[in-house]
Order: sequence, then C-alpha cells, then structure tokens
Amino acid sequence: MSDVFPGLLNYWIAIVLMMVGFYIVIAQGNLIKKIVGLNIFQVAVFVFYISMGKVKGGTAPILGEGIDVYSNPLPHFLILTAIVVGVATTSLALALIVRINTSFGTIEEDEILELEHADDAKEETS
Amino acid sequence: MAVTAVFMLWLRDLVAVIMLSGIYSLFAAMIYVVMDAVDVAFTEAAVGAGVATVLMLGTLALTRQGTEKVHKTISWGPLSLVLVTGAVLIYGTLDMPRYGDPNAPVHSHVAPRYIERSASEVGPPNIVTSVLASYRGYDTLGETAVVFTAAIGVLVILGRRNRRQRKKAKREDAT
Repeated sequence: MSDVFPGLLNYWIAIVLMMVGFYIVIAQGNLIKKIVGLNIFQVAVFVFYISMGKVKGGTAPILGEGIDVYSNPLPHFLILTAIVVGVATTSLALALIVRINTSFGTIEEDEILELEHADDAKEETS
Repeated sequence: MAVTAVFMLWLRDLVAVIMLSGIYSLFAAMIYVVMDAVDVAFTEAAVGAGVATVLMLGTLALTRQGTEKVHKTISWGPLSLVLVTGAVLIYGTLDMPRYGDPNAPVHSHVAPRYIERSASEVGPPNIVTSVLASYRGYDTLGETAVVFTAAIGVLVILGRRNRRQRKKAKREDAT
C-alpha cells in the first residue's frame, strides 16, 4: 500500500474535489451555488488531466537548448480550450439565473418549484 | 484547495462563496505551474479566477439575493450517492499509471511527434501554441464558435428583459 499511495494521490485529490462539487450541485438549492459547484467539478477534471500530462523530470513544453524531457503538451492544450468553453457556459447559466430571478423573484430551487405548483393549481381551478 | 472547496460548501453568504471560488481557481493555477502547465495556469488565473468571479458577482448584483436560504445541514441521499461514486472512482484509479510515469499511455501517441517536430513544422518554441494554432486548429475554431454562441445566448436572454422594461416604460409614459 505504501508504494501505491504517492503515485495515485493526484487522482484521489481530483476525485475528492470532484465529489465536493457533485454534492453541491445535487444537494444545494441555491442556483448560484450550484454553478459554483459545477465550477469546482470542472476544475477537478482539469487538475486530473494536467496531472496525467506530467512527466517526471520534465519541464514546461517550451523548446529550449539542452532540455530533453518535456511534459506532455496535449492535455495542456485540451484543458486550455476547456477552460474558455467552461467560462462561456458559466456565463450562459448565469444569464439564465438572472432571467429566472426576474420571472420568479427568487433563485432558490424549492421556492421556484412551489411557485410553479401554485401556478398549476390556479390554472386547474380556473 | 480541498479546504476552500469544503468551505464553499458550508458558507451561506454568497459573496464569500464567490470569492472563495476565485481563490480556489488561483490555487488551481498554482498547481498547474507545479505540474509544468504554464499556459493553462495563465488561462486559469485570468479567465477562471478573474472573469468568472466578475460574472458571478454581476449576477449577484442583478439578482440581489445576498444569502442562501438555510436548509437542513446534511441531506443523506445525495451524500451517500456522492460517497458511492467517489469510492467507485477511487477503485478505478488503482489501475492508473503512476504520477509522472514517462511510459504512461498518454505519452505514447501524437505527443512525442508534437515535441520533436513542432519547431520545424510550425515554428514557435512553445509547443502548446503550435498545437493550439496548427495541429488542432479546428478545435480552436470550434471553441470560438461555442464562445460566440454563448455570447449570443446571453445577449438574447438578457436583452429580451430590457426590451420588455422599455415597452412598459413607454406604456406608462403614454397613459
């Protein structure tokens, strides 16, 4: 077990962070907090990828004199793209939250559901 | 980093949560530097810690909801689901290549080619730049398309509200 632990710690950190984000997304009612949880989840996946690209004794993938070992540039590129796309989707989600707030006057999930049920009940009686 | 994440879970004050998410991104950027991903660290610090935090604060200002409603502290259903998922994932990592292993399968396909030939084929010394602009140019094109679509979506969603408000104001002027 003692030789397993140091080699896999990076994956375990990523998984713990991922699960914290996952818990926030499914258990918290506040929509902004859900987005923050989604961000935590996202960054955990990024850390996972980047840690896979690391090579022992390697340097950053910028060519230079007298350097032989580089870390893998491919995960870096993929995550670079993913960060930008992630912020784009986050901004879209936040815009939707603003819209929901103007319609319902709240950003708590259970209150929104209550309002929706109340509306449905009103329509049925009328 | 894990500590900031857990604090984000407990705190009810949304401004504090958003600030912590910025700090969390900055920690992530530092970890990227340690793992040799300097380009990613730049992007994370600028976009993840900067722009995302500003966007969330803007949303908070627009919705005017300062604190979260207090729920019961632990909901067991989601917690058990999360723990089971985490346990399965950790079991899955037992087969993974060790951290920093140069013979891991990730390093065996196109990556060595990028490292050996990008200087002669593309030019810039930064390999990530070559991959971004040349080898995987279509990915970058797709990325810009996604960002463009998201920008249009935000404008449509937020613009409609303003138009309705303007109409309302006009109607009030007329009466």
